[in-house]
Order: sequence, then C-alpha cells, then structure tokens
Amino acid sequence: MEPSLVSDKEKIGVFACHCGRNIAATIDTERVVEEVLKHPAVVHAEHYEYMCSDPGQELIETAIREKRLTGVIVAACSPSLHEVTFRETVKRADLNIYKCEIANIREQDSWVHENKEKATEKAVKLTKSAIEKIIRNEALSPIKVGLHKKALVIGGGVAGIRAALDIADAGFPVVLIEKTATVGGHMAQLAETFPTLDCASCILTPLMSAVAHHPNIELHTLSEIENVEGYVGNFHVRIKKHPRYVEPDKCNLCNECENVCPVAVPSEFDEGLSLRKAVFIPFPQAVPSSYLIDANACLGMSPLICGKCAEPEVCGPQAVNFDDQEKIIEDDFGAIVVATGYELYNPTNLGEYGADVYPDVITSLQFERLLSPSGPTGGIPRRPSDEKIPKRIAFIHCAGSRDERHQPYCSHICCTYSAKHALLFKELVPDAEIHSFYIDIRAVGKNYEDFIRRVQEETGIHYTRGKVSRIYEQDGKVKVLGVDTLLDERIELEVDMVVLALPMVPFQGVKDLAGKMRIQIDGNNFLQELHPKLHPVESATSGIFLAGAAQSPKDIQDTVSQAGACASKALGILTQEKISHIPTVANVDEENCSSCRFCISVCPYRAIKTIDDKAHVEEVLCEGCGICVSACPSGVIDLRNHTDKQVGFMIKALAGEI
Amino acid sequence: MSELAERVTEICGQNVYSCYQCGNCSAGCMFTDEMDTLPHQAIARVQKGDASVLEMDVSWICASCFVCSVRCPRGLDVAAIMEALREIKIRQKGFTKLDLRKTDLEKLPQIAITAAAQKFTW
Repeated sequence: MEPSLVSDKEKIGVFACHCGRNIAATIDTERVVEEVLKHPAVVHAEHYEYMCSDPGQELIETAIREKRLTGVIVAACSPSLHEVTFRETVKRADLNIYKCEIANIREQDSWVHENKEKATEKAVKLTKSAIEKIIRNEALSPIKVGLHKKALVIGGGVAGIRAALDIADAGFPVVLIEKTATVGGHMAQLAETFPTLDCASCILTPLMSAVAHHPNIELHTLSEIENVEGYVGNFHVRIKKHPRYVEPDKCNLCNECENVCPVAVPSEFDEGLSLRKAVFIPFPQAVPSSYLIDANACLGMSPLICGKCAEPEVCGPQAVNFDDQEKIIEDDFGAIVVATGYELYNPTNLGEYGADVYPDVITSLQFERLLSPSGPTGGIPRRPSDEKIPKRIAFIHCAGSRDERHQPYCSHICCTYSAKHALLFKELVPDAEIHSFYIDIRAVGKNYEDFIRRVQEETGIHYTRGKVSRIYEQDGKVKVLGVDTLLDERIELEVDMVVLALPMVPFQGVKDLAGKMRIQIDGNNFLQELHPKLHPVESATSGIFLAGAAQSPKDIQDTVSQAGACASKALGILTQEKISHIPTVANVDEENCSSCRFCISVCPYRAIKTIDDKAHVEEVLCEGCGICVSACPSGVIDLRNHTDKQVGFMIKALAGEI
Repeated sequence: MSELAERVTEICGQNVYSCYQCGNCSAGCMFTDEMDTLPHQAIARVQKGDASVLEMDVSWICASCFVCSVRCPRGLDVAAIMEALREIKIRQKGFTKLDLRKTDLEKLPQIAITAAAQKFTW
C-alpha cells in the first residue's frame, strides 16, 4: 500500500454517521474510523448516531476549530439528501463549503448489502476515495452575475393572471403573454365554480381588469414564444405578436363592424355552439376590451373583396387596420412563469361515444356554456340538435381518462364538476331526470365531499356505478349502453342528451414550447416539475416556474395556489442583487483545444460556444454534468473539483491500491 | 396473486389485477342475459382466487367477439381471460363441455364455430 501524495498542510476530519440503525446495523463505523485514521492526511475521525442532528453538526464544527481541519468528509447518506446541510455546517466554522465531501455509505453500501464484514470494508474504501478527492479540492466561491429584474408570464388564464398580479403587486415589472385574443382562459367560459358555486365571471373579470390596468403589467395577447435564450436572471426572449387588425385604443365596442361582417364561423368561446363573425370580440368582458379580425375567416384582407367593417360610416373611430403586421418583441427577464393551461381531450377519439356523429353528445365545456347565463342559449340549457330543453340527461365520467387507450391518468376535477353540472341543471330544469355513470367518485379537495353529498341528497341524481360501453342513436333518441356493477344489471337507457366528462390534456404545442424553454415534459405531456414534493413549481431549468393545469390536471383552487407559489419563487430571484451559480463547472484549456466542437454538440445546457475558434464555457449556464469532459477527444476539458486526476486517485482508493 | 390468477396469467398473459371493476366489459357484452355472472364479476372472482368461477357458464357463453377487449380502459384482453378460464377447465381430465359429434354444424353460424373451437374437447 503506497501512501498517496498529499501536501502535509492538509488536515482532514472524517465523521461517520450511524443513521440510527440504517448504517450501523450493517457497517462497523468504529472500524471505519480506525482504518481512515491510518491515512496520512487524516488527523481526526469519529462516529456518532445522527451526524445530521444538531449535536452531530456541533461535533464537526468543534473539530474544525480545535484541530484546524482543512477538509471534512462525512460518511453518511446520499449527498442529494444532506450535502447542503453539512456544507452549511462547515461554513459556520469558516471552512470553504467545497472542502466538505460526502462518502455515501448508506444508499450505496449499508442499504444494499447484508454481509457486515464486506460492507464495512466497502465503507472504508468509499471513505478513503472521498479523502483522495477532498485533498485535491480547490476552495471555490459561487459564480455571481447580475440579473434583469423583470418577469415573464406565459399564459393568460387564471394561473398566469394570478402570478402576474402577485409579481406586479410586489413592485416588479411583468410581461404577460397570451396566445388568444383575451386573457381569462377556460375559467371565463365556466358557469359557476364548485364547491361554493361562485359565478366564474364574478370572481375572474375583476382580475382580468386588474391585469389590463396594472402599471407594472405589460400585456400582449395573440402572442407566442418564438425563442428563449440565456439562463436564470438573464433570459433573452423573442415574442411573436400576431396582428389584431383592430387598434384596441381606438375601438369603442360599438359592434357596427360585427353587424356588417358577412362571415360567420363557430365561436371558440362558446365551444362551437354559436357563431361569431370574422370581426369579433371573444366575449363582452374580454381584455383587452377590443374587437379583432380573424384573418383566416375574413374575406377582405384585401379591401377589394370586402372591407365593409373598415368603411368610415361603419367604424367611426377608424380602428380597423388591415395593414397591421406581425411584430417581434425582444426583452430580457430574470424569471419566467409557464402557465399555458389545458385543453379538453378530443372527444372524436372516443369512437364508441360518437361525439362527432351525434349532436346531442357534448363535452363538459360545451355543457358549461349551455349552463352559463352568457352562453349561446341564454342560460337555459337547450340541446344542440333541435334546441329542445333536455329532460333526461346522462353524464359519463372518465370519458377518456383512467384509460390506457386514451389518457391513463385521473383528470382530478371531473367527478366534482359533473356533480356541479347535475346540480345547476336540476335548478334550471326541475323536472329533469339525471343519470351519472361513474367508476369511482373521487372528490378530493376541501369541501368537495360535502358538495357531492349535497348533490346526491338534493338533486335525486341517479348515480350508477359502471362505465358506459357505447352511445348510439335510435329513432332520434340517444341510447346509452351501460351496466350497474352494484346491481349486476346491464342498462340500456334512452336519454335526450349526453355530457362527456373528458380529461384535461396539456395545450397543443406544449412539446414545442418545452423544447424552446429547455424544460421537461412527463409521459403524459404535462410540464415536469423538478421534484413532486420538495420542488413542485420549479422546472429543471433554474428560474423557470410552472403553474396551473399545464403541470397536471387541477382545479382552480390548486391552480391559484400554485400561481402564487410561482410568483413567490420568481420574486425570490428578482429581489436578489446578484445570481449565484455553482462554481463546479467545466473548464477548457483553450490553448490546447482542437476546435472539433464535439463538446458543443453534447452539452445539454447549450453552455459551450466558440470564441476565436476555441471552446468556451459560459459558466452560469454550465450545470457541471461532465458530459463534455468525457466527450472531449483532446482531453482538455476538466470539471472543477472533479478533475481527471482526482477521479484517478478516487478509483485507485476504491481498488485498494492506495 | 391468487393461484387461479397466476394460472390465468400463465395461459393468456393478462394480469387480472389491472382490472378496476369499471364494468365496461359487461356493459358492452351482448350475451349477458345468458350468463349466470357478468364478465367483470368473473374477473373479480379470479382476482380473489375464487375457483367457483370455473363452474359458472360465463366463459362458455362468451362468443369471443372482443368488444370487451377493445373497450377495456385498462387494456386487458378480457376475451383472452375468458378463454383462459375455459382452458383451465378443458385441461381437467375427463371434462367435456361440448360434443362435436352431437353438434349440428350446418345450423351453426361460422362465427359460432370459430368461437366454439376453443370450447371443444374430445
């Protein structure tokens, strides 16, 4: 056994943790201490029951001060758990945090082995390996850079509105961008909201108005993300703003243009249940409060063809502007909130339910519009086929959710909104007969169970446990083929209308957006949070936060809470004077770089570029993953505190050679 | 996993514990009137290891039309499970459910002959 070459200045302390029985049951920590004390650089070693506890940390601090330690090894659990804890400990004793390393003898040793003798031997090697690393560690300081104290919020639904208002109220400028012509999102379409039955417009439109008038909020509707570059604190974003063709400042909402427009197309706001003109306002309370022209539907982008709406006797204020152009807006932001929301799953994918064939098989959002006082039937639900008021109606739960052939997840809100639909419908049509086909009632949320119970007790709704197999039409009647799994009976039910409780899916284009922003999506295309419990609103890209149904199906309560959390996280960045970044980043020996650019192609963070034809690492972008280090054919890239030399000695220690 | 469920999985490759008893198979099945228990209930019995399901006629009435398999939200091939139940019975020594020689083949529709092919033993 050769002693490893170290400067005699290094004085290392080793602290082995029992982790209760987690480690001590399989590893003889006393022997680990004895063995590592043989290393020439180790001047102190001890073991303790819970090193992460306050008395445990105190042991480390005292040893650093008394023995003037230059480095600390904690042989304990995974660094992902307590590296931060122990680095804070050594910092309190005035030791550089990069002179503290963890030897993982729990997850990588005691938890996966049974033989105490061999596990102890491995623990010794793991600890010695960490010693070989730390004696060659540099004392580093975090990289500091300036930042832009401005936030970008993508998506103008209730999540984006809430996040934008919270950040703006704290005194920071916010740019809010929305893909459609108005803020408000799906919530603006809803009739009343469970479980309290607040009218959606009454609680949402004041927020929309606040966005329009807030001095710190710059709103861009009809806008999309074109490109995102940079990193936390310094995102450079290009926003594409589509032309509106009506100048919002001039438009006085007189609706004369709408009256003369000859084109009628299905209204998006009414989910296709009514028609709108090519020049239109999505709904009367839209923000910005202005008409716009749908260029795809309009006949007269050339005034030679139509152009009726632009005539002076029609548009008095001359707000119509056919020459409006697409604009690119470029700006810099310190933090970004992504709140791009959801769409309903396309019902035509459910062939057996025939939503594309039978007009009286409708979606849950369409039913919201039929229940809404501002809806296409003036708040009296009439079925689409013949405008009769339906008397017998069926709700199909889990229409496309919890289904391997469609969306495998539970869409979280359908049970409760279907109950709400039944209640509102019963109030409007008191002699109605309501059937609800469910698999399990999942009313998870504050006061939701009470709400379901109220619906069951007050509406006389028939809850039938069993999934519907097929919907078809016979003699002008809609027939539902189901089963009552509790009564062992098959059911063929004749109804006037069927409402499909379809799952929420992420908005189309989420993959494209996630790619532009370098954030991840999960198996169901929802935006992926960094950690489901500890970092539920952070994306894997530092400085980008996730709110609302874009992250997972959720109700308004959770959406607004998450939006507030995002605002708070964004403010945590915007209130800083400098952004800190880990210093353990890649470092290029530029003189010997062969300019092959291989490192650029493998870097997942786009952190490497060339300057004077030599690879150059943008340190704030580098996350220290080390891919470029192993990829570099010339071997001229090293990772700070993970140099090839260090790794070589670590391997030798593991192999028992030193 | 019950012994019966293991046997079913061995024969047809379906994990009956995926079933969450939504009843879609029973809702779509055209022959439930003739069955003494519904398809989803037969699966529940397999989950619990209740061998009495082998003595029921549910799997023998099954025509293997595959409506259940096509619509199962858990992606289970329910018709294959029914076939597995039949197989278990057929492989018991001395068991005879249908006697081909006594069956009037000319009167049977083709689909019934195809389906019945899995039910014969002689």
